[in-house]
Amino acid sequence: MDKAEIAKKVNEIICAQLEVAPDQVKPAASFAEDLKADSLAVVELVLQMEETFKIEIPDEDAEQIKTVQDAIDYVSSHVS
Amino acid sequence: MKRRIAITGVGLVTPVGIGTQQTWGALLRGTSGIGPITLFDCREFATRIAGEVKNFDPTQFMDKREAKWPDRFLQLAVAAAHFAKEDSGIEVPEAEADRFGCFVGAGLGGVSTMERTYAALREKGPRHGFSPYFVPAIIVNMAPGLISIKYRLKGPNLSQVSACSSGAHAIGDAARVIERGDADVMFAGGCESTVTELGVGGFNAARALSTRNEEPTRASRPFDAERDGFVVGEGSGIVVLEELERAKRRGARIYAELLGYALNSDAHHITAPAPEGEGAQRCMRRALQDAGVGPEDIDYINAHGTSTRFNDATETLAIKRVFGDHARRVMISSTKSMTGHLLGAAGGIETGFSALAIHHGALPPTINYENPDPDCDLDYIPNTARERRVDAVLSNSFGFGGTNACLVLRRYRGD
Repeated sequence: MDKAEIAKKVNEIICAQLEVAPDQVKPAASFAEDLKADSLAVVELVLQMEETFKIEIPDEDAEQIKTVQDAIDYVSSHVS
Repeated sequence: MKRRIAITGVGLVTPVGIGTQQTWGALLRGTSGIGPITLFDCREFATRIAGEVKNFDPTQFMDKREAKWPDRFLQLAVAAAHFAKEDSGIEVPEAEADRFGCFVGAGLGGVSTMERTYAALREKGPRHGFSPYFVPAIIVNMAPGLISIKYRLKGPNLSQVSACSSGAHAIGDAARVIERGDADVMFAGGCESTVTELGVGGFNAARALSTRNEEPTRASRPFDAERDGFVVGEGSGIVVLEELERAKRRGARIYAELLGYALNSDAHHITAPAPEGEGAQRCMRRALQDAGVGPEDIDYINAHGTSTRFNDATETLAIKRVFGDHARRVMISSTKSMTGHLLGAAGGIETGFSALAIHHGALPPTINYENPDPDCDLDYIPNTARERRVDAVLSNSFGFGGTNACLVLRRYRGD
C-alpha cells in the first residue's frame, strides 16, 4: 500500500468516525483542537486504524499521534 | 413557608408519537402504539410485539457525532428533554446554572449496546470488541448527564433506578430538591429502551408479557378480563419542575402544581404485589396526606395498570381500600393500553399525561376494555377519551422489588 493510498484511507476513517467533511481533514489538523475529538474519540480512531491496516498501535505510540499527518506517517511506517 | 412546585413543561417521546402534542393527540384518539417488533429478529420469541418509537432520528436532537455512541434509551431521553425545554420556554442563564438540575431514571439502561458489545467481544476479542464509549453508552445516569451537558444544568444530577417506578421516583425526588431549596428548576422523568433480545426474552421468561402476537393493538388491555400480560414499550417522558414563584415571575404556563409525593416498599415479594396491594395502599394514602388532600378530592387516577392479571386486580382493590365509596366515582385510566409499558419511563410519561389532563380538561381512555372482570369493576374510562375538568390527579407507579411511588398533581389556583 503506498502512502497516498494510506492517506486516503486514514482520511476516510477520520471523516466517518468524527462525522466531519473531507475538506476539514487537512494534514496539519490536530485531533483535539481542530477536529474537536476527545480522548475517547481518539481511542476509537486508533482502534479503527488498527483494524483497517491490520497493525497494532500501542498506547504509548497512540499518545504521540496528534495530527492527521502523524496518523498517516505512523501507519505508513508500520504497515507491512 | 414551603416552596411549591409548578410543572411548566412536558416532553414526551412515546410509541404513539414523537413530541408532546403528537403523543397527547394520539392518546385522546385512543390510538394504540403497539405493533410487530422491528428492532430485533424476534421470530423465536414467545412475544413478537412491542411499543416501539417509530421513525426516531436521534440526529434531530443531537449532532451527528454525538448521536453515534449513546444507547437508544439515552437518545430518547435527550429528545424528551428537548421537547420539555421547548414546551416550558425556559432559558438557563449562566449565572443561575447551578440552580438547575436533572433527575432522569431508567430501569435497565443500555441493554442493546450490551448485547452488541458482548457479541463483538466474542467475535473480535477484548481489544477490538469494545468501543471506548461502551461504559458511557450503557450507564443509566448518562441520561441526566447528557441532558445537563447539553443545557448546562449544573445543579443536582442523578438517576433513580427502581424498575417500573423509576420515572415517578425521579420526579418526586426532584420536587423534594426544589422544596428543600437545593435547586429552583429540575428536568425530571424517565427513559427506557428494552425492546431487545434480553429485554423481551427476560420478561418472557418471567411470564410477564402478553403473547397476543396476532392482534398487537389489542394486546395491552388493562383491567379487561382477557388481559394476558403487559406489552413492553420504549420512550421517554421528562417534565420541567419549577419553583412556583419563579414560574410566576417569568409568566410561565403552569400545567399543574406537583402537590404530593410518597414512596415506600411492599417488603413482600420480588415481582408480585403484596396481598390487597398493602404497600400501594399505604403509598397512595401517604401521597394524599403529603398533598394535604382527601381521597374524595381526587378526580382522576392515572393507574399503573400494566395489563397483567395480578397488577390490575390488586391495584383496583388497593384503590377501593384507600378511596372507599369514592372509588366508584373517581375516573381511572391506564394509558399503558396505548403506549405499552415503558418501564423506567412509565412514571415520566404518565406524570406528563396527568399534567396535560388537568390543563386540557381531557382524560385519555383505557382502550381494549371489552370484557368486564369482576375483580376490576371501577370506571376505567373505557375506550373513549372523556372531556372533563379535573382538579386533582393521582399517578401510580409500582416496580419489581416491591417499590412504589405515588404523585399527586393539582390545578394551580393562582394563589
